[in-house]
Amino acid sequence: MTPLLQVRDISRRYGARIGCSDVSFDLFPGEVMGIVGESGSGKSTLLNCLAGHLAPDTGQVIFDTRADGPVDTVIMSEPARRMLGRTDWAFVHQHARDGLRMGVSAGGNIGERLMAVGARHYGDIRAQASDWLGRVEIAEDRIDDRPTAYSGGMQQRLQIARNLVTDPRLVFMDEPTGGLDVSVQARLLDLLRGLVRQMGLSALIVTHDLAVVRLLADRLMVMKDGHVVEAGLTDQVLDDPQHAYTQLLVSSVLQV
Amino acid sequence: MSAYNFAYLDEQTKRMIRRAILKGLAIPGYQVPFASREMPMPYGWGTGGVQVSAATLTPEDTLKVIDQGADDTTNAVSLRKFFERTAGVPTTEETTKATVIQTRHRIPEVELGEDQILVYQVPIPEPLRFLEPRETETRKMHSLEEYGLMHVKLYEDISQHGAIATSYAYPVKVAGRYVMDPSPIPKFDNPKMEMAAIQLFGAGREQRIYAVPPYTQVVSLDFDDYPFEPTKADHPCDLCGAEDSYLDEVIMDDAGTRMFVCSDADYCRSRRDTGHTVTAIGGTV
Repeated sequence: MTPLLQVRDISRRYGARIGCSDVSFDLFPGEVMGIVGESGSGKSTLLNCLAGHLAPDTGQVIFDTRADGPVDTVIMSEPARRMLGRTDWAFVHQHARDGLRMGVSAGGNIGERLMAVGARHYGDIRAQASDWLGRVEIAEDRIDDRPTAYSGGMQQRLQIARNLVTDPRLVFMDEPTGGLDVSVQARLLDLLRGLVRQMGLSALIVTHDLAVVRLLADRLMVMKDGHVVEAGLTDQVLDDPQHAYTQLLVSSVLQV
Repeated sequence: MSAYNFAYLDEQTKRMIRRAILKGLAIPGYQVPFASREMPMPYGWGTGGVQVSAATLTPEDTLKVIDQGADDTTNAVSLRKFFERTAGVPTTEETTKATVIQTRHRIPEVELGEDQILVYQVPIPEPLRFLEPRETETRKMHSLEEYGLMHVKLYEDISQHGAIATSYAYPVKVAGRYVMDPSPIPKFDNPKMEMAAIQLFGAGREQRIYAVPPYTQVVSLDFDDYPFEPTKADHPCDLCGAEDSYLDEVIMDDAGTRMFVCSDADYCRSRRDTGHTVTAIGGTV
């Protein structure tokens, strides 16, 4: 099977400091990969390099496109990469307001990606928007409300709907549950797990919350100081950590 | 008169503006940056249009200035006087006799010809401005032809008002490429933009010039199930009886009496001169 995403030797430095260094891995269709590590370990830098928001200094990010097969997205033309960002890729930000248009209604937020790829039928766009609101458990009569009128958890669910409406194949998530209280987190994780399985999505989830990866991720990468220190199946890494830092990370979780 | 160079601006500045105009004509709808000068009038009074007119005028030209369709309002009178004094060109109120027409917020009702130039005053040239505040991002969106956001605005209109409620500065796509703000003309005027005359747009404060060459395709954006509709008050003109012209609503008293009159003053007058009248001139309630 061709991997959906092949990452080869991605490095990104900020002057003399290392953002992330020599990261390589494969992600297969339908697989969810977790990236954990403490703050400043280079998780977000890596994710932004992969999603095309940051240009990596070296390395390749080869994505298996629908039309042309595997293509290196780092050297791809900008229009093509931005097109990919609107169709086959999705990016869920930690803060919903980074990923949403706060001045536009929920329906408009969901419809934006559809209109960006050429949908020009209002009725169809609206029907899809209300269908997706239902899928992320937001009441359909809230379709004309602005995200500013939504709670934090709803904003995050709206952001997910807005991203998934064009049936992407790869979702990048940067701390999708950050800043939400635990019960809302649990519902969001439940929802995400359902959507990922239903749609057969591949996902890369950056988080510092081990519970999130335990629930969602098939495989896990542990990062420290810009390097990947351990990688493997989620349960294997969490239950039998080999590297000293992973052991510290796992033992730091408070058992209630 | 002799105290000024012809049409106020110095020749180097006019050359610079002409280069921007030519570039704009070569890339229809593309906003060309130019070094806008301080003009002896405040921003918002048409400093962009004035500079484009100044660079376009020749001593043989006849100038007409329109403000919201009228020739006799402050803006039109001031700008007409300005060019009378600094360029010494003849001015007119008749659309058909003018070769250069500077306009604010209207396109004349009479069809313009190939020997005419229409200069628009533009307050905000960027159609995406209120949707995407970052200039770097809007430029990128123009260069990559990413115009989905424009439809988000129209979507919001329909979801809030049940129809596309944008009634002026209605976004258009020029020659199948650039999305352009046609300046705050009523959307009634949008279909007229596919015309024989050259259309030039000047935004002084924002330092942009753009243009639509003659006979260029200009399409108003819409949805398949909510097509673009040019709208006007559903009423004939109370002075000349015209049913095809854009109307102003004039409040007559404090009891709700009002009348509808052509916004294009020259069009209305020329119709009345040729015998079109409404028998009972007066208000309708």
